[in-house]
Amino acid sequence: MSENDFTLPGYDIPEEMKNTINITSLDRLYNWGRRSSVWPLMFGLACCAIEMIAASTARYDLARFGMEIMRPSPRQSDLMLVAGTVTKKMVPMIVRLYNQMPEPKYVIAMGACASGGGPFKEGYNVVAGIDKFLPVDVYVPGCPPTPQALLYGLIKLQEKIDKQSLKHVRWYRKGPDSVEIPVPLLGPDLIDLRRTEEIKKIAARKVE
Amino acid sequence: MATTVSTKSVDLSTIFPDAVIADERKGYTGWLVEKDNLIEIATYVREELDYDLLSSVTGVDYLPEEKMEVVYQVYKTTGGPGLFFKVQIPREDPMEIPSVINIWPGADLQEREIWDLYGIKFPGHPDLRRILTWEGFEGHPMRKDWQEPFYEEETKPFKSRWPKGEHIHAEEINPYHDNLKFPPKFNPENWTPTDPEEALYTSLKKFTTKNEDGLEAEQIIVNMGPQHPSTHGVFRAVVVLDGEKVVSLKPVMGYLHRNHEKIGERNTYLHNMPYTDRLDYFNSMANNWAYALAVEKLMGIEVTERSEYIRVIMSELTRIQNHLVWVGIFLNDLGAVVTPLLYAFEERELILDIFEEVSGARMMCNYYRFGGVVRDMPVRAFEKLKQLVYDRLPGKIEEFERLLSENEILLSRVKGIGYLSAKDAIATSMTGPMLRASGVPYDIRRAEPYGIYDRFDFDVVTRPECDLYARYHVRIEEMHQSLRILEQAVSTIPEGPILPKKPVYQVRVPAGEAYGRIESPKGELGFYVISNGKPNPWRYHVRAPSFINITALEKMCVGEKIADFVAILGAIDIVLGELDR
Ligand code: SF4
Repeated sequence: MSENDFTLPGYDIPEEMKNTINITSLDRLYNWGRRSSVWPLMFGLACCAIEMIAASTARYDLARFGMEIMRPSPRQSDLMLVAGTVTKKMVPMIVRLYNQMPEPKYVIAMGACASGGGPFKEGYNVVAGIDKFLPVDVYVPGCPPTPQALLYGLIKLQEKIDKQSLKHVRWYRKGPDSVEIPVPLLGPDLIDLRRTEEIKKIAARKVE
Repeated sequence: MATTVSTKSVDLSTIFPDAVIADERKGYTGWLVEKDNLIEIATYVREELDYDLLSSVTGVDYLPEEKMEVVYQVYKTTGGPGLFFKVQIPREDPMEIPSVINIWPGADLQEREIWDLYGIKFPGHPDLRRILTWEGFEGHPMRKDWQEPFYEEETKPFKSRWPKGEHIHAEEINPYHDNLKFPPKFNPENWTPTDPEEALYTSLKKFTTKNEDGLEAEQIIVNMGPQHPSTHGVFRAVVVLDGEKVVSLKPVMGYLHRNHEKIGERNTYLHNMPYTDRLDYFNSMANNWAYALAVEKLMGIEVTERSEYIRVIMSELTRIQNHLVWVGIFLNDLGAVVTPLLYAFEERELILDIFEEVSGARMMCNYYRFGGVVRDMPVRAFEKLKQLVYDRLPGKIEEFERLLSENEILLSRVKGIGYLSAKDAIATSMTGPMLRASGVPYDIRRAEPYGIYDRFDFDVVTRPECDLYARYHVRIEEMHQSLRILEQAVSTIPEGPILPKKPVYQVRVPAGEAYGRIESPKGELGFYVISNGKPNPWRYHVRAPSFINITALEKMCVGEKIADFVAILGAIDIVLGELDR
């Protein structure tokens, strides 16, 4: 970000001091720091992950956005890039990883599979989109999305971060700073613990 | 190209007149074997007839005939056509067929898969657990009478989508409004979870060591994956350690099980082509070919001359691209983080440019059609191709070698690690660079040439060392051989039509079975397709090299250090899309 758009509009800084002084808000400074160092969790599920790797290599160069540092540990990452098909067998692990990430955290659903099931939606072991379990910030369509599309999605995420304010963000307010999502169980089928009542009811109804 | 696999060269029915009959269903080949004589016959086939490589074992559900069938496909590593034999059993539980694991240990994971998906038990198999789904999963999903939660109709095109095109969300049909299906009266509140991992942990080898002081050393169980930076996706291995040494290891998979085969049997023939892209997503061009080969065999059509050349060009480019990335990722696994990978991806991007230009997509090319390819290669792509093949790639591959092959650190990490003898490699059904790195000159392009590979000059690369070093060198050298093939193909490619006839959406496929196999960069990639004359395949099975090459993982790792496990796994070159399907 150049110094020009760092300074808030309406402040007249003398020409000779333009390079040394910026007048801005705390929000803006805070968000600038966060948006320029979004560290994704190193985490690939399927084909889309290869395009994610391609996006971080020389031609597309994710490093321009301060995002090239993929962290293998959820404790050190800010962004979960769900790149690939989410299966029932895998989703408990994904939810657990998400729970382990500290706030502020974001989720990008990369590709048709993570967004809504994709070509494999009808499969018996496939979860029709990660948003069935996690709150998604940006969806990137495509099968797989090209690296350019992924970059565009990441820029959208940066815009989203820019709009957040210290006054309202969840993690600086009273109460638990992050919401734990119950880890689903693998029974006869995938059991979402938030839906047990409903499952019980519908399963009973089906017999009649 | 031969339209059917000739298996009549060996007449099993005269050798075992009481137990074997020829499979005379229309369009079928091979032999029907009595279940009780299976072991005896399989031993004979292995020992006397020398069919040492069990390529694939798979189940087929003949619901209308009330039969289940298990198909065995065996080949000789010295080359030549394969031998198919089948066992049929009545379709009522309990279904049991003796395990052939003692004759061909390569049956290990495949029999587990059949148990999981078809519910056929294999007495004699030491560790018959679910493999792609989880313990506790309801039913055996590949059975023809098992319906998935989003079930609409038996086959596509679904009436809800075609011809009127009124799309209904699958969620609206399902009572749970989600991809869910529970047994009637299921109550999650009084359901006691069966520990899905228990059987896994009991299958691991346990040990206790007492030293002189009578102190007992404890075993450590380490779970690597499914979220682990060096398992190449969502693969998981459970390792028992004695200090740093691996004592026992079990692969756990299914975390990317996308129900390829179930969806494939609902799809029409052409529908499946883009799905094959997503198997081994590094090599969509190779996957397309194997599938096209199987269907072309069934249809009995010829591929046009120009398309044959384009196919060779595309699949060899794919091989180079795959091996380059493999080298990059392998080095990454060994600790040379990212730099070699960046080099590899630079070249890969240039190859992908060509793919994009011919097919419209970088990775998921969906380029092949039955009888040819979907469109011709544009002139510009051809120019780029020539530049790559003659000018750029040879030097770049040499650069790789110069930087890496003599590297002290690399050598000390790979020499003598992950030993797998030729005998074991064949027994565990390894194929591709893994098998050739154990000194077995088996390459399907030579052993049973498909396409026009018999016209090209190239060497089958082998190395005698049987370790990681050999696997590294085989791949580097194979890139040079691929370039050799490419040079010949580029200079001799003829002009001509791309497809034999006008393309159609709905191909007519006569009843019968066919197995199409190619030498994919990872090993033998085969598609076993059964048609019953309808627009959809009755059986669609993928013989995935990544999946079957995992069979020998434990053998290679036991006795090595845990850090070497990462390298040994990396050297197999697995891709999860293909491993779990
Ligand atoms: S969206 Fe397409 S490319 Fe991405 S994981 Fe799904 S199938 Fe693969």
